Amino acid sequence: MKRFIGFIKKEFYHIFRDRRSLFILFGMPIAQIMLFGFAITNEINNVDIAILDHSKDATTLEIINKISASKYFSISQYIEKESDIETIFKKGHVKAVLNFDKDFSKNLIKDKNATIQIVTDATDPNTANTISNYVNAILQQYQKELNKDITIGYQIVPQTRMVYNPELKSVYMFVPGVMTVILMLVSAMMTSISITREKELGTMEILLVSPLKPIQVIVGKVFPYIFLSIINAIVIVMLSIFIFKMPVQGSLFLLGFESVLFIITALALGILISTVSATQQTAMMISLMGLMLPVILLSGFIFPISSMPLPLQVISNIIPAKWFIIIIKGIMLKGVGLQYIWKETLILVGMTVFFIAVSVKKYKIRLE
Amino acid sequence: MKNNKVIQVEGLTKMFGDFTAVNAITFEVDKGEIFGFLGANGAGKTTAMKMLIGISNPTSGKANVAGFDVFTHPEDIKKNIGYMSQKFALYDDLTVKENITFFGGIYGLSRKRIKEKSTVLIEELGLEEVANTLVGALPLGWKQKLSFSVALLHDPKIVFLDEPTGGVDPITRRQFWEMIYKAAHQGTTVFVTTHYMDEAEYCDRVSIMVNGKIEALDTPKKLKAQFKVDNMNDVFLKLARG
Repeated sequence: MKRFIGFIKKEFYHIFRDRRSLFILFGMPIAQIMLFGFAITNEINNVDIAILDHSKDATTLEIINKISASKYFSISQYIEKESDIETIFKKGHVKAVLNFDKDFSKNLIKDKNATIQIVTDATDPNTANTISNYVNAILQQYQKELNKDITIGYQIVPQTRMVYNPELKSVYMFVPGVMTVILMLVSAMMTSISITREKELGTMEILLVSPLKPIQVIVGKVFPYIFLSIINAIVIVMLSIFIFKMPVQGSLFLLGFESVLFIITALALGILISTVSATQQTAMMISLMGLMLPVILLSGFIFPISSMPLPLQVISNIIPAKWFIIIIKGIMLKGVGLQYIWKETLILVGMTVFFIAVSVKKYKIRLE
Repeated sequence: MKNNKVIQVEGLTKMFGDFTAVNAITFEVDKGEIFGFLGANGAGKTTAMKMLIGISNPTSGKANVAGFDVFTHPEDIKKNIGYMSQKFALYDDLTVKENITFFGGIYGLSRKRIKEKSTVLIEELGLEEVANTLVGALPLGWKQKLSFSVALLHDPKIVFLDEPTGGVDPITRRQFWEMIYKAAHQGTTVFVTTHYMDEAEYCDRVSIMVNGKIEALDTPKKLKAQFKVDNMNDVFLKLARG
């Protein structure tokens, strides 16, 4: 046991004396969560739009007022002819143009039918889609007010409720994802690098000749990263609670337990990577290409898995991050207990056991 | 005088698939002896040494190191030997003292013992002024000497040195061999591989491996007489070229 403590102490010296690894360990989580939390957002806010009003009557004025009163849009300019639409889109800052038909009020009263064209700049398809939905919603609302006193024969009124994230805040989606990415990065990449570093330097050989058992060497190398990853997880959860006001509906204890489980999965992967790579560079490349990209692209962090082509959906199943994201979204947003996520938990446990078994086997072969 | 044999090897063989890396080697090493283990690159030296220090399993044969069998008690062997690899293998980002403390610790030395040992060792090597400097900042010669001292920290019965003086200047090499003599004088057996034939002359006895077999084994003097040459270099060339 005393040997083991000395080993861990040495590991901490390595970590704290290497600025690069310190930065990855503690700078990265904070930087990422801030970036994803503040900068990257799917919401729209104060989008500049332009108005092309061919009728300029009471009704169009009322609609324009309603739109500019909402916090989503601000009307940046009025244009006079169709050909101006392209010009202002090319300038860039205006994302949509509302084009009111001639004699808008008159048509509405006489024919009960008036047209408004919504032209959006779809170089950014997501934003374009969102803008058109929001404008539609405002128009619907206005239409309802007009029809207040009239009974229409049949009417279906959809009532939409967004549960678990009523304000559709994108940070709710990013926090679980960023947490997954960070834990994966720190645990798998840092451990695989630190183990291959000993191999590269030749110190691994010295350690294997010493009375320390191989398992003690590996656990000793991995242990500090378990500790640091737990601190990271706590920091991320704190940031999301206090800065982004993200609720944790479920039990903090369960969240902690699942996080530790995922950390161990990632560490096991890190050990596996270190058994197949001889140098730090290889370990880093494998970790980045083999882990980071799938974690970001295929785990459901940014792109929903259900809309992927079938082969990718199948592949996504072997990515531990996918299951962990399901678990923490469940705990943080829905407040579910273990009875709803035992299946995902079991999959993570299974993966961990598998990774450890393969590494042990590889490790033995290397010693032969 | 069986007790005086600290290494006894009989018919030790290592196969990698069809390839025989070490082919039934047999030799003995006495306590306090400086045993030179020579051979061209790829002759099987490193593989043989790895079997003796317990990090590679022999395919067949018998070997007893420091009183323990390599098949059944590799863990006991590890406690009783020291090892210095051809790569410098202390931690560059730890200070001289921290390195000593760490390696003392993994060999299970008590804190008090480590303290005493490191004071003596730092003084002997004249490293007082750099005791709290990161090892990475020291010149290679100092590092090698420190590395050797660290391998002797737990008073092993045998110390295995794998090309310890590679890339070191002649003066430091000389000093290094003085340290080896001193250790041997104190009763530690030294098992050393080298490519420098002048160093082979310093050994008590020398074995030369060619293609996995030990082709010659005797004192440098007798080997030179046997091959009718006047230096070890020529002995080596005659054997290695076949």
